[in-house]
Amino acid sequence: MTAPRIACLAAGLATAAAAVTGPLAGAAHHDFTAHMTGHLLLGMIAPLLLVLAAPVTMVLRALPVGAARRLTRFLNSRPVRMVTHPVPAAALNAGGLWLLYTTGLHHAIGSHPAVHFHVLASGYLFTAAVIGVDPAPHRPGHPVRAAALIGFLAAHAVLAKHLYGHPPPGVPMDEARAGAELMYYGGDLADLVLIVVFCHQWYRAAGARWRLPAELRTAGTTAERHNGW
Amino acid sequence: MSLADRNVLSGALLGLGVAAFVDEVVFHQLLHWHHFYDRSTPAAGLVSDGLFHAFSWFATVASLFLFADLRRRAAVDPARWWGGLLTGAGGFQLYDGTIQHKILQLHQIRYGVNVTPYDWAWNIAAVLLIAAGVVLLVRARRAA
Repeated sequence: MTAPRIACLAAGLATAAAAVTGPLAGAAHHDFTAHMTGHLLLGMIAPLLLVLAAPVTMVLRALPVGAARRLTRFLNSRPVRMVTHPVPAAALNAGGLWLLYTTGLHHAIGSHPAVHFHVLASGYLFTAAVIGVDPAPHRPGHPVRAAALIGFLAAHAVLAKHLYGHPPPGVPMDEARAGAELMYYGGDLADLVLIVVFCHQWYRAAGARWRLPAELRTAGTTAERHNGW
Repeated sequence: MSLADRNVLSGALLGLGVAAFVDEVVFHQLLHWHHFYDRSTPAAGLVSDGLFHAFSWFATVASLFLFADLRRRAAVDPARWWGGLLTGAGGFQLYDGTIQHKILQLHQIRYGVNVTPYDWAWNIAAVLLIAAGVVLLVRARRAA
């Protein structure tokens, strides 16, 4: 395991911890802006750092061969493949947020550990589906992943503007507005990092294909071979 | 996709991204003419705004990586790239000025004034950008 991956893992865990414990989590109970800061850290920044740490690779290397094989078989099973496909993963992530903030759910159980776990886990699945560095033999090509990424960013932006006009139950209007603007522009910032990493991965993959002689240019997924992307 | 088309695509994506970025920075943040959210905005307007916001953000970054890819292959074609850029910027501006501002009623260019001259200036600027871009693209195609 390389030093940058260890740094990403530590930073990812620290970011997630900062969102659910300590002063920020305390303030989040009564302040929607603090809550939204925690949401961005837990649902976007922490998953990004954890995905770049390639934790599955780390676990596979640490496990004995038999257990590693069983884990690989599990990760390649149909249900896991389904939720790690970018489109369902994006829908799961965005759908959870819509459910949380447009129903009474946020007011009722917004700081329940299960909700925190869902936000982190669905953020992780989505981020891994789009820019994962762990091996994933069934990962679709760049166009599908780009479409899922744009779809999720749009759902996030629409939800932020919707909350600006329609505060979640129990949140005063001015707090909702400050929180919604933070969600919109803070989300943009996190998205920018995600987009740059995604495009950089494409750039490297395209460069590797371009340097190969023509008869060997069959690496990558079927979609990439077909489109030359 | 041919390298010539990739030049157009890279330019068009950057044009769209820059037009959206200028709209956000100048009209929303600096002048405060546009509103973040207009209470009368219908749902379709919000969805269109969100999709264009997400796409333009992605397009800005993707266009620069596409451009870097063209450069390392020594395949940059300035006429096609600029043609794409002007067409993309004008296309977004026209979509924003007609569909989003007028039909979907997302928000107006400016509030508390007669908006008609602003709408004409906005959309004429858009058409001029598209015209300049298309001229460049047609000339590049003829030269090839």
